[in-house]
Amino acid sequence: MWKLLQIELYKIFHRPRTYISFAAITALIGVIQLGLKMDGEAYIDFLMSNLKDTFEFDGKILNGYFVCYIILQLLLIHVPLLIALIAGDMISGEANMGTLRLLLTKPVSKTEFMLAKFFAASTYTFLLLVWIAILALADSIFLFGTDDLLLQKTLYVVQIDRHDVFWRYIGAFCFAFLSMLTVTALGFFLSNFAENSIGPIVATMSIIIVFTILSTMTIPLFQKIQPYLFTTHMVNWKEFFDEKVDAQNVVIKGSIQNSQKIFNSALILLLHIVGFVSAAIFVFKKRDVLS
Amino acid sequence: MITAFSQDMMGLVNKVRAKLDQVNDYVAEGSLKTEVSFIKAPMGKVKVYFKKPDKFKLKKEGGISILPRGGVSINLSSIATTNNFAAIAAGESIVDGIQTKVVKLLPTDENSEIILSTLYIDELNQLVRKAVTTTKENGTYEITMTYGKYSNFGLPDKVVFNFNTKDYKLPKGVTLEFDGDEKSSDFDKLKNRKGKVEIKYTSYIVNMGVNDNVFN
Repeated sequence: MWKLLQIELYKIFHRPRTYISFAAITALIGVIQLGLKMDGEAYIDFLMSNLKDTFEFDGKILNGYFVCYIILQLLLIHVPLLIALIAGDMISGEANMGTLRLLLTKPVSKTEFMLAKFFAASTYTFLLLVWIAILALADSIFLFGTDDLLLQKTLYVVQIDRHDVFWRYIGAFCFAFLSMLTVTALGFFLSNFAENSIGPIVATMSIIIVFTILSTMTIPLFQKIQPYLFTTHMVNWKEFFDEKVDAQNVVIKGSIQNSQKIFNSALILLLHIVGFVSAAIFVFKKRDVLS
Repeated sequence: MITAFSQDMMGLVNKVRAKLDQVNDYVAEGSLKTEVSFIKAPMGKVKVYFKKPDKFKLKKEGGISILPRGGVSINLSSIATTNNFAAIAAGESIVDGIQTKVVKLLPTDENSEIILSTLYIDELNQLVRKAVTTTKENGTYEITMTYGKYSNFGLPDKVVFNFNTKDYKLPKGVTLEFDGDEKSSDFDKLKNRKGKVEIKYTSYIVNMGVNDNVFN
């Protein structure tokens, strides 16, 4: 199994296509950081315009933690598309090159083969998120420093003490990994049904786009189905950045407003991953491999 | 008759001013608590700097401070040490169980930011227990003070600022929060409250000099 995984990782990381995602992420984060470094105060003024009539703010609102939050908000919607590039290619890519049947002549079970493929795609997803964490969090802290994290929600403002932020990002990245792994599992599942990579990649992207639109539109009909869409749960990493308050409306440090929501969403995503991977293995085992 | 009454009040205000005039500058340490229905903020340590005649700065130690615009800088020194005002008696009132004289201060300077201040003065101890100030730009603030070991200088141990807040709502397109209008129980619980900022002072360093750079 370990040998199989090593072979799969070797194949993934010796393909130039793999590095498109890393390059795209680097460029996107770099552009956002450059923009905020050059003209971030104007952006903060725009965001705070609603509050600045009534309140005075003293401190560094534009800090590394805040920049990272903006980047994650913008990026975690698009990263699934980059993950689909690899996940959708895992089985169909082999079929396209005609190497699938050859690989299965080795003395390994189809289940082992599929699990090695999925773990390899998961490793790629993990490394992509680590790369995002390094650029979005570590690099932003280096460029913008740290201070309290001041977030504007639709109905209220949350200020998180700077000593209470870092662990929330660790939690958020772990949750984001689960979200991205769901996309990996979906792409991997769809990869079973095609002889070339384009179909599964485009199908994965299309599902993500359609589901994301359905998840974000506040139309009563769509709101009824939203709890059943995995894309609705994928954005719940944001729940790590909301705090409970006491009777005097003072924040309880180290608390999460809706930890149950995080737990439920994580469970739903985990079920999706297990479901997609199991279905992919089931389909593959039943399949007569001819390519 | 009105003039005589006014002169009486000027006498009382002057006694309070004389007490406050002992303080040329101070650096105080304390804690800040912001209580606004739509703001979830942690309690934090603050340092407050004051220098005559009206320089005032509140700095949160390592963090972002959220304060009502113009409100906190309207302190007693800036109210009571201004020369250009008329003092009018407005009866008596009890503040925190203490009998006080109510004095209305009307600025004579047309350009003054303050339109009207009502001081509730503890005549016995020559301390202002409460002040309600209406400003041109920033509405009305109610400031309540509790005194302790620095009462000889007229410096409070606790100051509570009450102010009105506007409604807050941001479009989802700006916040990128598309997951429904979920309101927490905490949010509903606090919805109808006025804004309140509380500063509890733990120590003062009085008349030891404060660098002007602090106020920039």
